Amino acid sequence: MAAVSSMSKMYGLCFHAVRQTAGLKASRLLQRRGFRVTVVQLQQPFDSSLEKPQFPGASAEFVDQLEFIQPNVISGIPVYRVMDRQGNIINPSQDPQLSKETVLNFYQKMTLLNTMDRILYESQRQGRISFYMTNYGEEGTHIGSAAALDPNDLVFGQYREAGVLMYRGFPLDHFMAQCYANADDLGKGRQMPVHYGSKDLNFVTISSPLATQIPQAAGAAYAVKRENINRAVICYFGEGAASEGDAHAGFNFSATLECPLIFFCRNNGYAISTPTNEQYRGDGIAARGPGYGMLSIRVDGNDVFAVYNATKEARRRAVAENQPFLIEAMTYRIGHHSTSDDSSAYRSVDEVNYWDKQDHPISRLRHYMTARGWWSEDDERSWRKQSRKTVMEAFERAERRLKPNPELLFTDVYQEMTPSLNKQRESLWRHVQQYKEHYPLDLYEK
Amino acid sequence: MATCPNAECTKTIKIFAFFMCEVLHFFNLIGSPKGPTQKMNLFQSITSALDNTLASDPTAVIFGEDVAFGGVFRCTVGLRDKYGKDRVFNTPLCEQGIVGFGIGVAVAGATAIAEIQFADYIFPAFDQIVNEAAKYRYRSGNLFDCGNLTIRAPWGCVGHGALYHSQSPEAFFAHCPGLKIVIPRGPIQAKGLLLSCIADKNPCIFFEPKILYRAAVEQVPEEPYTIPLSQAEILQEGSDVTLVSWGTQIHVLKEVASMAQEKLGVSCEVIDLQTILPWDIETVCKSVVKTGRLLISHEAPVTGGFAAEISSTVQEECFLNLEAPISRVCGYDTPFPHIFEPFYTPDKWKCFEAIKKMINY
Repeated sequence: MAAVSSMSKMYGLCFHAVRQTAGLKASRLLQRRGFRVTVVQLQQPFDSSLEKPQFPGASAEFVDQLEFIQPNVISGIPVYRVMDRQGNIINPSQDPQLSKETVLNFYQKMTLLNTMDRILYESQRQGRISFYMTNYGEEGTHIGSAAALDPNDLVFGQYREAGVLMYRGFPLDHFMAQCYANADDLGKGRQMPVHYGSKDLNFVTISSPLATQIPQAAGAAYAVKRENINRAVICYFGEGAASEGDAHAGFNFSATLECPLIFFCRNNGYAISTPTNEQYRGDGIAARGPGYGMLSIRVDGNDVFAVYNATKEARRRAVAENQPFLIEAMTYRIGHHSTSDDSSAYRSVDEVNYWDKQDHPISRLRHYMTARGWWSEDDERSWRKQSRKTVMEAFERAERRLKPNPELLFTDVYQEMTPSLNKQRESLWRHVQQYKEHYPLDLYEK
Repeated sequence: MATCPNAECTKTIKIFAFFMCEVLHFFNLIGSPKGPTQKMNLFQSITSALDNTLASDPTAVIFGEDVAFGGVFRCTVGLRDKYGKDRVFNTPLCEQGIVGFGIGVAVAGATAIAEIQFADYIFPAFDQIVNEAAKYRYRSGNLFDCGNLTIRAPWGCVGHGALYHSQSPEAFFAHCPGLKIVIPRGPIQAKGLLLSCIADKNPCIFFEPKILYRAAVEQVPEEPYTIPLSQAEILQEGSDVTLVSWGTQIHVLKEVASMAQEKLGVSCEVIDLQTILPWDIETVCKSVVKTGRLLISHEAPVTGGFAAEISSTVQEECFLNLEAPISRVCGYDTPFPHIFEPFYTPDKWKCFEAIKKMINY
């Protein structure tokens, strides 16, 4: 006992000494307020006179019945919702009571996204862009979560979160420019369509490999925590990507390193053709959170208010308490995985129609609005016409625009141009000068 | 002279013997830093670089497995006590997580120094390094980058490391545009090159020859200084054969150069590449134009090893200057063996024999 208490004293002194030394060098980076105490990790003090297990690896009681814990997938973690499928508030205390202006904005952003999706999907079918991914059915997850964040919060996405960017104000011209890979593309034409990014809107550029953003988000959140400026990080991914090793890594790191981070899983039922019962055997993604020591919740992803409430509270606590939160938003992928997919090969039209007609985030919100007299048939008609018009105009502008200068093939590999790359660039130019009729130079800026 | 920790390893003893000459290189440092020096071995010179970094850059953080108590090779001893638990911390045992996390720290604008415990274990992080870190700037149109990321890993043979504690994986990463790969040959280079990697605005992998952690001792400046990346260093000038390598093998080549001079009257030019990617093509080619013969040596297996890249480029640029085929003295195309290490490594006798063949071609 004496040994334990003197050890504690010693560690206490060390901790004190560390604080002193660190304090001398501290700027506001080193405010201890936000940090939970995890100094020299003292495993629990030994006391073998007690019958309680003394193992460093777990804090628990002994048991003398042999019993395996049964995972509960029949009645799994419940789904939090605010509205029923008809858009009626179930428990008035959960209505976030957002202003008419805010709710109309939600609705308009969701429908604008939907309209843009339809037009760009068609444009791929017509050979105008090479590839596209729609967001049908998941608009609620985007808008609800984006609205609950601060504009400064850093977003790491997977690829089906265009509504988050749209909510933050990414112009239609920029969406189009990226899909067309034209000279206005902020990404300089380097990536396939829908790989959006925006430094101004704090949306990290999308990359194709799945789940790689998850441990990155943990690292960014850690750095943001050290800056101590009331900023959070959110990381979106699908239930398929959650099977990747990177997901496990990201969850574990964010919990052990105490990061102000929201993990937002869009569980939409399919990873291309793979249904969830082939993706996991446990109770979805939310059930994994407690395994990492993470606060977790499952929400109705088609209920924009439920998504909003959960994200808002998670954000508040993540920043205040420096710990990660896991939100599993249940939803349904109404569209195909991408323009390279035909989902009728692996699911029935009836199934898709159910979600499209009976449980859609856009229609549920519309019912909420019409019930309050905030939105009429006329409003709907004129908004649809207007949003289609603005999308078409942006589309036509993007169509006419030249592609970026091929010089941009060689830049940004490193921050600086290297001699070797320079030589390769010059060699390409000489070649293209000689064989110019075989290269589509007219499509590109000079 | 301190005793070598690994008495059976004759190679270690031999390498160690040549460190006394390294003191001369203090004067060759670019922008020779003034100020006091201290006797430091390789791991201490790394600690010194990290200490300098944490002192001058308040955003810098160091993380990886076991770095908190000082690291399995003692490279981070004392840093957590000095700078705080939020800046020098352990991560869970997960290399893909360590690098992914490091990328995120860098993207958020802080300086990230990630440690992978052995280069042999870097492969779970391969996707994060190659698909993410290397391509971050390019794919985002320069909106985002992880230039603030440096990955450090112990590298190369150690006498008894076998398959999984001896690897030199630089060739895997050399094939990846967007990365920088740097390998020092001793404490003075290590500190200067590591500080350059940390300052460099591109993701860097810094491989540290583990066999030299304790064996290599030099007078290293206490103040920070940098050695430029992508600049090879000519350690000794010569006229008959160019010898190129990096890391531990440099010391073998220096010994081979002496042997060649003594026994064959052959004058060798020894070049330490230092940066594998982007590599200093100009210095190597200029040397081969002068000598007409090139020998490249590395521990990593010969097929697809970095010597192949150097050889291919040099024959493109200097074909008519070559007096003999370019020679590669490298590891065999086997996993790195345990008990057979003395036979596996590209030792001085194999290099010497290769020089003889080139001279008599």
